[in-house]
Amino acid sequence: MLRVIAPVMNVIELPFRWLQRRLGLKLIAWVFLLPNILLFGLFAFLPVILNVFYGMTGGTDVMLADRPNVGAANFERLLSCDNYLDPNSCRDDKFWRAVYNTIWFVTLQVGFMVGFALITALVLNRKIRARGFFRSVFFFPVLLSPVVVALIWKWILQREGILNAFLDWLNGTWAIEGLSAVIVALGGTALSVQGIAWITDAGWAFFWSVFISVWAHMGFYTLILLAGLQAIPRDVYEAATMDGASAFRTLRRITLPLLAPTMLVVVILALIKGVQTFDEVYAFTGGGPGTATTFIIQYIYEEGFAGQPRLFGLAAAASILLALVLVVLTGIQLWLNRRSVDG
Amino acid sequence: MARIVDMLTATRGKGGRLHWTDWVSYGYLCFGLLLMFGPVVWLVLSSFKTPNELDRFPPRFLPYVQETVEVEGFDDPLLVYTATAGELEGQRVALTRRAGSRAEVVVPDDPENRIRLQMKELEARERVAFTTSNYTELFERFTFFRYLFNSTFITVMATAIMLLVNSMAAFALSKFEFRGRTTVLLLVIATLMIPQTVVLVPLYLLVTQMGLYNSLWGVIIPGAATPTGVFLLRQYMVTIPDEILDAARMDKASEWKIYWRIILPLSAPAIAVLAILAIMWRWNDFLWPLIVLSENENFTLQIALFSFQGEFQTDWPNLLAMTVLTLLPISCVFMFLQKYIATGIASTGGK
Repeated sequence: MLRVIAPVMNVIELPFRWLQRRLGLKLIAWVFLLPNILLFGLFAFLPVILNVFYGMTGGTDVMLADRPNVGAANFERLLSCDNYLDPNSCRDDKFWRAVYNTIWFVTLQVGFMVGFALITALVLNRKIRARGFFRSVFFFPVLLSPVVVALIWKWILQREGILNAFLDWLNGTWAIEGLSAVIVALGGTALSVQGIAWITDAGWAFFWSVFISVWAHMGFYTLILLAGLQAIPRDVYEAATMDGASAFRTLRRITLPLLAPTMLVVVILALIKGVQTFDEVYAFTGGGPGTATTFIIQYIYEEGFAGQPRLFGLAAAASILLALVLVVLTGIQLWLNRRSVDG
Repeated sequence: MARIVDMLTATRGKGGRLHWTDWVSYGYLCFGLLLMFGPVVWLVLSSFKTPNELDRFPPRFLPYVQETVEVEGFDDPLLVYTATAGELEGQRVALTRRAGSRAEVVVPDDPENRIRLQMKELEARERVAFTTSNYTELFERFTFFRYLFNSTFITVMATAIMLLVNSMAAFALSKFEFRGRTTVLLLVIATLMIPQTVVLVPLYLLVTQMGLYNSLWGVIIPGAATPTGVFLLRQYMVTIPDEILDAARMDKASEWKIYWRIILPLSAPAIAVLAILAIMWRWNDFLWPLIVLSENENFTLQIALFSFQGEFQTDWPNLLAMTVLTLLPISCVFMFLQKYIATGIASTGGK
């Protein structure tokens, strides 16, 4: 590969030498920065400004010049509600359904994911055999693409899939009775295990969306937490053992407090990603049934790109609202890492 | 509660014997193994089943096909059954003709002697076999290689551009003192707050205006510079001693030469980590290609797979094969490079 690159790099060097003679050592730094700054400017900062203009204009044209100014109408449409707790009373009920779905989803997904990631990291941090192997086992799904994740689980959960076959086989045993009792206790309806429609039933579709999302991303957070656990100095534990502290006390008084900063980073990171969930759930349920698993990014995608007419203004307004949430979350994240950033 | 905590934190029992908490730990890990790998194994096994076998409920773990046999006087191989009644009971027979519930069979060695039976008196003889017809059909009926090419092109190009652009910026930000450096660093940090998902509409405008709509370059360019890449590389380059650079400058090396002859080779580990991350992001990218690519011939594997499942709701045989082929490259990368991937992700905290 170097044989291809080397001549190219040598050719670039000639104009560069000339530039360097003209500009001097201080300005040459800007030449190195230029491509990156251009890309950031064009595809990150300029879009932020354009987004505001889109949010303030209506119509279905892409060209900003052809779009009529509507002031805050898009925001008004999104935000006017008689009762903010009831999506049906809102002018754009789909938006509010997406908002509430996202809030519910993020709460459950981040809670379960961080919880299981912590348990897994604690187990992997013990003296166990084949630790590297098990670590990569939990990490493997992180690499899979969202569409592949969705299809793997769709195949398992389809009406004549292996999960229904398994439940069929267990039918009438105590396992099913017990599971059914748990679901009833949680406010669901009793399980009838004959060919459950996992993906077309609103409650189950939501449950499995959370499940596959936890399944797909848990390994990533496990890895970060494991790194945090391994950074805790050994001698603290040795001192605790000397003092005769029980395992429970060691965990509560040493491990968890020392892990707290890492936990906070993990939770914020998970929130930032959770709010932007789209890919795997869209490929899995398409947002349905109805709007049961429609999240905020899907709302933006459908208003601006998939639906007819294409309401770019509404999509932009919704993404500005989303951006506000992300700015706050990312701000917290940066504040948490501030020591590692200014290096 | 306290017992659970004990279990999670206790270390292995003395004298090589396993403490009960170790058993629970290994139990948890094995359950994890099943839950994490099981679905993928099931997908791969399923993709080697015949369409008939895929329709079967309840499904069987391994792929089976019915045995066939060549019988003299018949052009095609015949399906093999075991007779469960009549004079041939328990024998291996080949089905020659079938009309409704009635069947005509022969013993393979004696093709002249045709015997009539009821279909329900025959039991199919099957053996475990991995059929590849789902895959071959995929190659014949669909432009699979076109999608593969698109995905590979986007991944390779985007990764190369990203490495070049980000490493140049990281070099400037780590090895030069100039006014405005802090401002640039702050701007790079600010881009962390602007993920693609919140600027989809203006990005769409820019890409259409540049004539890149429905083009692979429209997918490649907008994501070519990443703040993560700049930070990761800068962090590494800061540790390269300045003396090496000064020595090179004494020898009248241009800054460009210093960049690609000294800085790049010395930051190879960080570049490798970033390359792996970029490959992963680009190969799995979904939302932006979904918006930019409108024509089938430009689809990436992910988009093709997605549109495929919409079009052919029940065409599982080909869909399964295509899913397996889509996850294959990234799984291979994982197997060989999993150590680097793990460290890379732990050190950057993801995208």
